[in-house]
Amino acid sequence: MTTSRARPTPGGPPRRQLHAQIPPHHPRAPQGAAAAGAHADDRVHAHVAGVCGVEEAFVFCCAHSHQVKEYLEKAGWAGKSGPGSMAVTAVESHDAISAGDALRVIYDRGVIHGDFVLISGDTVSNMSLKDALQEHMDRKKKDPLAVMTMVIKHSKPSILTHQTRLGNDEIVMAIDPETKELLYYEDRADNSHLYITIDKDVLTNNPTLQLHNDMEDCYIDICSPEVLSLFTDNFDYQHLRRHFVKGLLVDDIMGYKIYTHELRSGYAARIDNFRSYDTVSKDVIQRWTYPMVPDVISSRDCSESRLHRQGVYKASDVTLSSSAQIGANSVVGSATSIGDHCKVLNSVIGEGCKIGKNVLINGSFIWDNVIIEDGCKVSNSLVCDGVHLRAGAIVEPGCVLSFKVEVGKNVVVPAHSKVSLLPQPSNEDSDEELEYADTNSGITDSPPFSSMRSNGDQSTVPLEEDESGTSETGTCGVVGYVWTSVDTGIVEEWRQSIAPIPKEKLEELRHAVSDDDGSEDESNNPTLPDKDDSSDSVVEDDDHISKFEKEVEETFQRALGGGVNRDNLILEINGLRLAYSLQHADCAGAVFYSVMKSALVAAQSTNDTLLKTTADALGKWKDLVRNYTKTVDEEMEILLKFEEMCQETTKEFSLLFPKILPYLYDTEVVSEDAILRWAEEKEHADESDKVFVRQSEAFIKWLKEAEEEDDEEEE
Amino acid sequence: MDFQVVVLAGGTSDSEKLSPLVSKDVPKALLPVANRPVLSYALDLLEASDLKDLIVVVEGQEAAQLVDAWVSSAYLDRLRVEVVVVSEDLGSAGALRAISKRLTANDILVVSGDLVTDVLPGAVAATHRRNGAAVTALLCSVPVSGPSDTASSSGKDKAKKPNRLNVVGLDRSKQFLLHIVSGTDVEKDVQVHKRKIQVVGRMEIRSDLMDAHLYAFKRTILQDVLEHKEAYRSIRLEVLPYLVRSQLRSAPSGGSGTAVDETGSSAVQSSGNLQCLSQHRVIASSAFKQNVLSRSSGGHRCCAYIATKSKYCHRLNSIQSYCDINRDVIGEASHLSGYSFSTQNNIIHPSSVLGSKTTIGPHCILAEGSQLGDKCSVKRSVIGRHCRIGSNVKIVNSVVMNHVVIEDGCHIQGSVVCNNVQLQERAVLKDCQVGAGYIVTAGSEHKAESLARKYSEL
Repeated sequence: MTTSRARPTPGGPPRRQLHAQIPPHHPRAPQGAAAAGAHADDRVHAHVAGVCGVEEAFVFCCAHSHQVKEYLEKAGWAGKSGPGSMAVTAVESHDAISAGDALRVIYDRGVIHGDFVLISGDTVSNMSLKDALQEHMDRKKKDPLAVMTMVIKHSKPSILTHQTRLGNDEIVMAIDPETKELLYYEDRADNSHLYITIDKDVLTNNPTLQLHNDMEDCYIDICSPEVLSLFTDNFDYQHLRRHFVKGLLVDDIMGYKIYTHELRSGYAARIDNFRSYDTVSKDVIQRWTYPMVPDVISSRDCSESRLHRQGVYKASDVTLSSSAQIGANSVVGSATSIGDHCKVLNSVIGEGCKIGKNVLINGSFIWDNVIIEDGCKVSNSLVCDGVHLRAGAIVEPGCVLSFKVEVGKNVVVPAHSKVSLLPQPSNEDSDEELEYADTNSGITDSPPFSSMRSNGDQSTVPLEEDESGTSETGTCGVVGYVWTSVDTGIVEEWRQSIAPIPKEKLEELRHAVSDDDGSEDESNNPTLPDKDDSSDSVVEDDDHISKFEKEVEETFQRALGGGVNRDNLILEINGLRLAYSLQHADCAGAVFYSVMKSALVAAQSTNDTLLKTTADALGKWKDLVRNYTKTVDEEMEILLKFEEMCQETTKEFSLLFPKILPYLYDTEVVSEDAILRWAEEKEHADESDKVFVRQSEAFIKWLKEAEEEDDEEEE
Repeated sequence: MDFQVVVLAGGTSDSEKLSPLVSKDVPKALLPVANRPVLSYALDLLEASDLKDLIVVVEGQEAAQLVDAWVSSAYLDRLRVEVVVVSEDLGSAGALRAISKRLTANDILVVSGDLVTDVLPGAVAATHRRNGAAVTALLCSVPVSGPSDTASSSGKDKAKKPNRLNVVGLDRSKQFLLHIVSGTDVEKDVQVHKRKIQVVGRMEIRSDLMDAHLYAFKRTILQDVLEHKEAYRSIRLEVLPYLVRSQLRSAPSGGSGTAVDETGSSAVQSSGNLQCLSQHRVIASSAFKQNVLSRSSGGHRCCAYIATKSKYCHRLNSIQSYCDINRDVIGEASHLSGYSFSTQNNIIHPSSVLGSKTTIGPHCILAEGSQLGDKCSVKRSVIGRHCRIGSNVKIVNSVVMNHVVIEDGCHIQGSVVCNNVQLQERAVLKDCQVGAGYIVTAGSEHKAESLARKYSEL
């Protein structure tokens, strides 16, 4: 993160200071985000210097601070001072783990004395701050309690995408339409809360208020110096929005107010995930952010990049095969070569890349010095510096390949994989509270390699788990670790990745939108059945039954210990059944399970003793079990349960199945009807399901013959 | 216009809030406001909008006869009015249900008989038609209640205010009703369904609007709701919120197979439309919304007609509002009364007799055949027909109905005196209501009391 401030020029506008933060290290981007941040940073600064007369900027940095400084240095921001230009100073702190901490550090250093602009370093904007600043100043004169003006912007109007466009959480704000005071802010739209709750006092004080779901938060705030002291007073404030803004809104003792400024022209967006990286990049290419567009910026860097038709930017020294095709809205950096019959569509290719023949690159971001060999396909992915894709590799949508990852020949990297040379840090608590978590200088501080390995669930990628692999070939796989997404889980993956939103998700969204509320019906606070309700209930059901089984088992154990007599045991189990509102058949299974389990506990390892104890247990408890096996269905249930046990929970029985089955028959726990029906039903089942039927074939055959004999006798 | 109008006129027993003003002889609909039955305000308004087919629903046989008798004499040849009796205590929705079979027109306008307003029902009906809505409700600003000149009662009002908070959610064009929580059940925080906000993007929450009890319904939908939700008793508290809640619901699951196909193919296109439309958001706002809402094929639209602040809109449903309305109708909202005021801003019927040194201030009405003795003073008050008022009587901010006898030296302030009441000498009333036929004894003083004859005396 970075902070900087400008010196007041005589007679100039009131002293303003800029504080830019660069989230150093997005938890999901191994090393990539820092560089992205640096680029964004460039734009922030250009913007600030260009349009709003900020004279001094502080860039607060923690992780990757040297990189940021280096960048500032290189781009000519640092150390400049003089009339008309903005001085940029880097403020470094390695123990700040959140925006709150950063602001406290800045407060402690005493570098900011007046009103300042707080902007996150990953914001790209070309807006003029003038109006917002003026508004803020005017308001402050009238009402000293108005400590902050938040810049917001209308998002794209389609109801389906206005919130998914930047991949961020949905924001709901309540704003007073007259004064533009912010009355409510919620940025984490977990669907568990179906309702937005607005305090009644808010409503009594503001008879009219507007609820917005169609606004984006630009993360550009104009703050009074009180904001800094507020952060210092409330040392538990970490997150700018979740803690600080909410804290101010809730607190009515101090009466501080936050206002909003709606951006009507101009561009502002924050890059804090891959989707917004994608969206904002495309906006840049399409020149919404002018003057922060590739050709203008590059002309300043002296490396020529020119805009061609259909929004294609090409550096002057690109080596481009005549048969290669560069589609609309693409950028190709300098010293990059592109081979025959390549297709590049809607993509950004950095500097010094070598791209072979017949490569298809679609909607992707290829950073610098990437080597892509012949016949590769990369779609909707982010490929960082120095990555090497060997011939025929395919990168499916939504992937992120971090620095220097190598992908072997003909390897398919499955969709939404994130691959890095570094192991994933194991601190699972890197939740969003610690968005700016300081994993300073990632390489040295990262946890030991042993702590985290690739999660291996991406079975299609044969991973080089060996450290030696990093140096070696990788011809048959991917060199690197696959990171799992830490906090969001797969559900959110589509939301934040570069890949376009899958069709079915859009469909789902639409339904979510229209599929309102039978639920909302009569009662006032119903629980809305969610779209994935059905699956939930199934899970719950399983849970339910296993809980029941557990209780039955415990009850049974007590009976074994002699605590409960048999009649009471039946009563208790019946009671449990009613409590869990289950069928008789479920009971049969559960009781049988308990009996068998007790036999297993009593037995000492060998099969012979197990058979014996099982026979004993069954003999002892057959009445109990028979109490629940009144119909063939319930007997079937027992057989199925037994099968399940053999396959899953108590594999010890699996070899004994054919021996125990006749015993079950002898003790009349299961009738021959049940066994025959069971065998019959299994006839059409999968091979794997038939194992036990096969094993007991002889017995079943015997049963059948016996039955036929019976019939004959009757005749 | 193919509109059928239902006027819910109440009965005699319905509101305890209005005792002792309402009695067997004077049902709620016939309570005089500036010496005209309150119902006449609604009926005149309907007549002005050319809505002439009316069903007046009255609770209770006797009340119905009284209303019928009055309507047929007063509106002979002006309106086609059918007075229908329903049993008491059905609630507004219940009353509608009882007469549901009589409803035949495409759209039904439901008006509460106690509404005193100058918002034309025709405007509401037209909005309803234009939007093709399932229901359109008239919303008006919460009146600044309480007489501004008496500090005591305005203080009371302030305390009352939070109790009747109505929360209304509107879309950005302020045409569509997205959320409604009525009145008294909002003592807690307001909850708004997120999905709704997601659909519309922006919702305006207003707590300064009140439901004026004037609705236009699409008949089929109204009848549907009445039929299927038998427990619903109130339009305001149950039927309307139900319609608002269910407006985004998609088609019943039975037909979902085809419905999905349809929306599936047209969906991308329609969202494209939305984007274009939103560029011209101001112009196309209603189309924008229509598009959103019509996507859910089973959905219907709930609209609102918001009266501008300058419009008068008040319901006579409490003693306080009775006093307020009377005061307003002869005062600031005098255009409602239908009378032409004299240059002194009052109306003194030529047949009335005034004693010497008696003054009638501005904002007063003195009806026919009433007599006042000497040195009386009347300010901001309504005096009914054939009242006999002695000397040295002061009447301020009060309503005196017909055939009232007020003897010498009485002081009446902020009170309502019903028909045939007798106030004996030097009685003092302040903020009182005196039921019909009551006798206030000589020299007694009453403050903020409700005086009525006990049943044994009746």
